[in-house]
Amino acid sequence: MLNLLGRRSVILIVLAVMMAVLPLLFPSSYYFRVASLVWVSALAAIGLNILMGKAGQVSLGHAGFFGIGAYAVAIGPAHLGLNALLAVLVGALLSAVLAFLVGRPILRLKGHYLAIATLGLGVLVAMVITTESGWTGGPDGMPVPKLSLFGWRVSGSTTWYWITAGLLLIGTWFALNLDDTPTGRAFRALHDSEVAARTAGVHVERFKLQAFVIAAVYASVAGSALAMMNGFVNPDQAGFLHSVELVTMVVLGGLGSIVGSIVGAAVLVVLPQLLTVFQDYEHFLLGLIIIVSMIFMRDGMVPMLAKLARRARS
Amino acid sequence: MSLLKASDVGIAFGGVKAIDGVGFSVAPGEILSIIGPNGAGKTTLFNVVSGMYAADHGRIELDGRDVTGLPPDALASRGLSRTFQNLQIFHRMTAAENVMVGRHLQERCSLFADLLRLPSVTRQNRATRAAALTLLDQVGLRDDADVAAGSLSYGASKRLEIARALAAEPRVLLLDEPAAGCNSVETEEIDRLICRVADQGIAVVLVEHDMKLVMKISHRILVLNQGRMLVEGTPDEVRHNPLVAEAYLGRHGAREAARA
Amino acid sequence: MSELLQFLISGLTVGAVYALVALGFTLVYHAADVVNFAQGEFVMLGGMVTVFAYAAGVPLPLAALLAVIVAVVVGLLLYWLAIAPARGASAVSLIIITIGASILLRGAAQIVFDKQFHKLPAFSGDAPIHLFGAVIQPQSLWVLGGAALVVLTLYYVMERTLIGKAVVATAANRLAARLVGVNVATVMALAFGGSAAIGAIAGILITPITLTSYDVGTLLALKGFAAAMLGGMGNPLGAVIGGLFLGLLESFGAGYVSSTYKDAIAFIVILAVLFVAPQGLVGRRKVERV
Repeated sequence: MLNLLGRRSVILIVLAVMMAVLPLLFPSSYYFRVASLVWVSALAAIGLNILMGKAGQVSLGHAGFFGIGAYAVAIGPAHLGLNALLAVLVGALLSAVLAFLVGRPILRLKGHYLAIATLGLGVLVAMVITTESGWTGGPDGMPVPKLSLFGWRVSGSTTWYWITAGLLLIGTWFALNLDDTPTGRAFRALHDSEVAARTAGVHVERFKLQAFVIAAVYASVAGSALAMMNGFVNPDQAGFLHSVELVTMVVLGGLGSIVGSIVGAAVLVVLPQLLTVFQDYEHFLLGLIIIVSMIFMRDGMVPMLAKLARRARS
Repeated sequence: MSLLKASDVGIAFGGVKAIDGVGFSVAPGEILSIIGPNGAGKTTLFNVVSGMYAADHGRIELDGRDVTGLPPDALASRGLSRTFQNLQIFHRMTAAENVMVGRHLQERCSLFADLLRLPSVTRQNRATRAAALTLLDQVGLRDDADVAAGSLSYGASKRLEIARALAAEPRVLLLDEPAAGCNSVETEEIDRLICRVADQGIAVVLVEHDMKLVMKISHRILVLNQGRMLVEGTPDEVRHNPLVAEAYLGRHGAREAARA
Repeated sequence: MSELLQFLISGLTVGAVYALVALGFTLVYHAADVVNFAQGEFVMLGGMVTVFAYAAGVPLPLAALLAVIVAVVVGLLLYWLAIAPARGASAVSLIIITIGASILLRGAAQIVFDKQFHKLPAFSGDAPIHLFGAVIQPQSLWVLGGAALVVLTLYYVMERTLIGKAVVATAANRLAARLVGVNVATVMALAFGGSAAIGAIAGILITPITLTSYDVGTLLALKGFAAAMLGGMGNPLGAVIGGLFLGLLESFGAGYVSSTYKDAIAFIVILAVLFVAPQGLVGRRKVERV
């Protein structure tokens, strides 16, 4: 059965069944909200994982694209009279164009230099959002009009649960599709050896850029979804700390593991909810989780569990 | 008729001339070996010819067209492939996937088709994998197709690199020490493999330290010493050239060797 | 003229702080090959510990000394508890660890201290000095003098002492250094301790001018990093020049162009430098061996 369907379909089916069953266990709308947050974060993390885990290029400023998507659905309808759905597309397009333009020079860099350059890019986006208060409401943020689809006003945490779940399912499907294709192989090849990939005829710059643009679009769409769900945006969503959270989700779940990104997002979203009693300790604990998991689970949770399972079987 | 021709190539690193005024040409089906003591500039010459380094001067022609300064991926699409002295395999991918990457230029690659995994992508994948398995068979790695390349032995990795290079269906193949670290059985396999490749009409340029292998399979040999061309000729000519023995063994050693 | 001088002085003052942060970055990068994003937290600790010790009645010089000691202890703990156990991890993993450490330290400061802004009295009064029409805060001179002293001390240690030679040797080739008997772990711990001390001193010197709070570290770390990058990572002299240059750029940019995006200048500079010279301004082109 497993072999017949292929790994890809199994993951998608398990994910879809889980999404369908979870609501039966949810006692209140609060749970729907937290779950939607997980789906949205996972979507952004999967995109980032394509860039970091597959193509091996780090981005420490990815929340910048998340912020562009979030503010697109706030500013578009409020200032430009755009339809909300159109605003999502505009945000994604804007993110893609920015990634395309900046990606070319940035992705020539390696290691520390790439990390700091992407970080700088993210911080600049956040600064523009914070400073241009006439458009963005400045540090206080701004409200986002309710999404309305063909006269139907989308609201309520249950509705958003299904929308975000659907988005994540699509995002997961795309990411899994990519793995065993010329593009996916080119990503993984240039991750392992740029010179060898180049020698095999892989246009390294082009594929790095593709991965960067894909990751930017994922983050942007996730940002738009979160903003519409919350009905509100603020600059923190584009900030450095959020970038770090996204990277942590990817690394914690396992670089290169799509399922891992969903697990990583779940851990990083749910844990603070469980720890609300220790509200003052949130940053302290986040830092601690990052350090401990990077030291003791270098491959990430999902690859580590997979390895343990293989060992148990043999 | 020469397929690959390098003339008067020179490159310096921090004022030190790594190679200077070196040239060679190789015809389809021909095996040209480049030998020389350590530090003679063999790998550097490879790196210049394959587009890794930009030469300070000189000219590289592929099939009569000037390709000087083109990046490796552009050279690959013009039919030049290579392997590396220090392994450059994709260690997180399986052996089959490594060779499939080698087929990159033979594949249609569209981001949107790949994201949607259109039926054409699946079909092409199947064909690419089949081609990769055939090549793995040729280098004796068929049984390791789905093993992570990082866990292969050194000799197996070397052969995997050759299979990957061949997957691109090159017209010129540069092999940088393909037999280094291989035992005598493996070396013999590689020796046969190279001859088979040349028989298909591919021009082979070989850097190798295993003199037995070099003397046996080369049509011509180019000897480098300290970045300059020392001798060029057939294996027999090179074998009996006193300059070559001197370069390797020093003047005294060469005299000893001649007496022995 | 007086305006120009004014910008020059304030630029150099801020730049001296960036230079010290960059110097700390460089020291750790040099010895341990780690980009330490927690570098800014040492600056925060320097300021905050001094403020709270001083408020508790400890005389200022002692409070400052205490702050340096606390920062050094934290720096050593950072190395022993987070960096050393992660030996062999990739550059990016190490970056993430130090970012984690930075978030953790900020969180700890928020719990131990508070979320308010704090001020220290200037070391030698607030009476401004007038020079060619420009007004100089006496504290600026403390900052510049202190920074100069730190730079000279570091220079002396690196060039003239056995410890400094061990650091240089470790940076050049870790394995070779170990073979000739350098205790590489100790050298790295020293680098972390030293960079913490440098950061703390910067924090103590600047607090009377800019105030401090639990979260000043992040921006300082990023700017210090920009300065280090300008100077071509791992080059101490470059770090100092990069820091002063960045400070001047910010000061003149804010004065003559626009102060709204003052903080953005550092990042625009980072991106611009990396686009033009991917190895930094003073860095050298590396040839990849294949």
